[in-house]
Amino acid sequence: MKPMKTLAVVGTLLAATFLTTISSEARTLRWARSGDALTLDPHGQNEGPTTALGQHIYEALTERDHTGKLGPSLATSWGVVPGDPTTWEFKIRPDVRFHNGATLTADDVVFSYERAMQPTSDFKGYLSSVESVTKVDNLTVRIKTKGPNPLLVNSTTSIYIMNKAWAEANNATKAQDFKSKEENFAVRNAMGTGPFTLVSREADVRTVMRRNEAYWAKSSVPLEVSELVFVPIKADATRVAALLSGEVDFVQDVPVQDIERLKGAPNMRITSGAENRTIFFGMDVASADLKGDNVQGKNPFADKRVRQAMNMAINRTAIQRIVMRGESVPTGVIMPPFVNGWTKELDAAPPTDVARARALLAEAGYPQGFSTTLHCPNDRYVNDEGICQAAVGMFGQIGIRVNLVSQSKSIHFTLIQKNPPETEFFLVGWGVPTYDSDYIFSFMYHSRQGSRGSWNATGYADKDVDAMIQSLSQEIDIPKRDATIAKLWAKLKDETIYLPIHHQALSYAMKSNLDIPVDVANSPKLKMVSFKGS
Amino acid sequence: MLAYVVRSIMQGLIVMLAVAFIAFSMFRFVGDPVVNMLGQEATLQDRAELTERLGLNDPVPLQFGRFLMNAVQFDFGISYRQGRKVSSLIAERLPATVELAVLSAIFALVIGIGLGVFAAIRRDSWLAHVVMTVSLIGVSLPTFLIGIGLIYIFAVELRWLPSFGRGETVKIGWWSTGLLTTSGLKSLIMPVVTLGFLQLTLIMRLVRSEMLEVMRSDFVRFARARGVSERNIEFRHALRNTMIPVITIAGLQLGGVIAFAIVTETVFQWPGLGALFVNAVQFVDIPVMSAYLFFVAAVFVLTSLMVDMIYLALDPRLKSGPGAK
Repeated sequence: MKPMKTLAVVGTLLAATFLTTISSEARTLRWARSGDALTLDPHGQNEGPTTALGQHIYEALTERDHTGKLGPSLATSWGVVPGDPTTWEFKIRPDVRFHNGATLTADDVVFSYERAMQPTSDFKGYLSSVESVTKVDNLTVRIKTKGPNPLLVNSTTSIYIMNKAWAEANNATKAQDFKSKEENFAVRNAMGTGPFTLVSREADVRTVMRRNEAYWAKSSVPLEVSELVFVPIKADATRVAALLSGEVDFVQDVPVQDIERLKGAPNMRITSGAENRTIFFGMDVASADLKGDNVQGKNPFADKRVRQAMNMAINRTAIQRIVMRGESVPTGVIMPPFVNGWTKELDAAPPTDVARARALLAEAGYPQGFSTTLHCPNDRYVNDEGICQAAVGMFGQIGIRVNLVSQSKSIHFTLIQKNPPETEFFLVGWGVPTYDSDYIFSFMYHSRQGSRGSWNATGYADKDVDAMIQSLSQEIDIPKRDATIAKLWAKLKDETIYLPIHHQALSYAMKSNLDIPVDVANSPKLKMVSFKGS
Repeated sequence: MLAYVVRSIMQGLIVMLAVAFIAFSMFRFVGDPVVNMLGQEATLQDRAELTERLGLNDPVPLQFGRFLMNAVQFDFGISYRQGRKVSSLIAERLPATVELAVLSAIFALVIGIGLGVFAAIRRDSWLAHVVMTVSLIGVSLPTFLIGIGLIYIFAVELRWLPSFGRGETVKIGWWSTGLLTTSGLKSLIMPVVTLGFLQLTLIMRLVRSEMLEVMRSDFVRFARARGVSERNIEFRHALRNTMIPVITIAGLQLGGVIAFAIVTETVFQWPGLGALFVNAVQFVDIPVMSAYLFFVAAVFVLTSLMVDMIYLALDPRLKSGPGAK
């Protein structure tokens, strides 16, 4: 009996050692944020949480790191074909395998780009300049654009590459058509080359992924997480509680009011940083008369002095300190700091000066001020409604009586996007996925024509500005292009079409054995996670 | 009898139609789904095209007609938010909500009746006073506060129970249940208590006052005079007579609990129908919203139909329709 027992003990001990060695290898990261990805389809929804989850399974030709710097991913090199400014050539990384073992080839790339350009894709906007995508050989792809496009490579970070044969076999060659009666296979299934493979997905409950042991970049990234579990937790208090109770390891969308408390909690780490998103007010600068004001026959916003007065009335540091609890960076330009064209001078906001603002208003013919209506979202940006409430008080100080209407984003953005817009004064936030000023100019300052100006609800339309903006997408001489960008910003900042407030800041909360830096696109790359100590 | 049932069903159908139509004409005020369905790069033309493709430009009565035509075939279309069939979304979420609702109804009934009886029989004991005071808190505290308070105590401080989700579930056919795993059962405790607390206090107060009423009635006095034991009077005679109104109220409230577990489901990230609906409203996911409201109307119609049937069983006078003796 005795030897048996010893044997059993030895066996248990052996098993225990064995288990511990495995468990140091097997590490689960449980990741929570407020909303779930809408779909796994790589071209279905161009929406933050969707692409943030998608990037762990799918990859693009290029990728940006957490600071926004562009680098190679599935493409090893790229460039404009010498002598043909309308054609880009991409060399595809050899020996990359999809999760089903198939090797990545030019066919998959061509297929994915064509899929992303179809009407049901939500990514066709990134590729509107593309005429065709063709295979040169197994590892070379050429993208032909309608005119010279010096920035095409910036769009490639967003176009995920999927396995052609898999999509064809599963009848998923197009992104979900919402008019169809059937669900697209790619909505809940995925076949990419990314660092994690999909194990299971229950929408709004959890998505489980396992480390891709055959990942092509395994030697250059930590990839210490062996199992990645993504759980959406909608209620702020519950999300924070789940972190405090140890049920999740890493939380995005930390409510600003909880940051201080979490900093004080044991074994917690908070990382913060600026997000690629600027928050600002816009107003109707073009209509002859406003409907929502008390001035007859005139549009006060059309007068630059009024806009400058309002810009001076905003106390940005007070908003940062009180509304945002320090989690923002006040600014004087509607461009996040990572964007090509950003300078410190542009970023400087006018100092708050109520007396001078009043004088400017009087000069413009409104010594008594006027009244107007401000539209604000209440569920889109960090404390968006609070920003508007604070600003209403500040405008009141210079005699502009603002009636605040705050509503859900699905109503708010409709007002801006309607043609003509149904708001004369509004709050909006803007991120720049291409990291180039052209993106801001095209959507926010160009007059509403064709594919440009879709977010320009101000009515601002200047022929010279339009022409300069259009030249940006054709100019391949980079210094010359940058000079045009600088010229545009100088003019537009002086025009004060928008009233910038701040760059939104982000905070992530996690257990202290993790150190996940804030990603400027709010799309944390969890293949980069390495566990410390413990 | 048959005429009575048919009439109830007809009334129910009319109610469902009316609810569906009112809901449908409200959707335009919730916002524009196209805003959420397209990325920020979408052009004005893209938006116009999608709106047209989805048929959102059609007049409301036409959209409603199309919805009804499809609804009678149990086809509610594709969710704008998730790109999945609405009918399968609802089927997937139904078990979570039903388990939560039924358990919290049982919890409210059992504890509510127990405490109510206790508070009636020992109405002057200090414990009864404590129970009555606590029940006041239950009536006046909002559900989300109870939920967050429980999470703070039992998940964050004591770490006994999970703060969110359903835990592990087991599939039985298409039905997923959390009743067969430890983590599933643990996950149920706080949501069940949160959702059932208000019903519990209501039932308890109802039982107590009914019981006090019955204890004063003549037949109890006669029973006492006959020397029936106090325990027998309390549980065999008084309680039984108390139950009739209690069952009616509880039955009616079950429908409400299934339909409006929204707050509890949001607080606990419970993957049920309520959470599905909240997300749908924020996204303006019209197919899911309309299907859900249709479903809620059906639940209410069905429960009130069932209550009517119970009345029929309890009250023989209803069986013989008007005109009969």
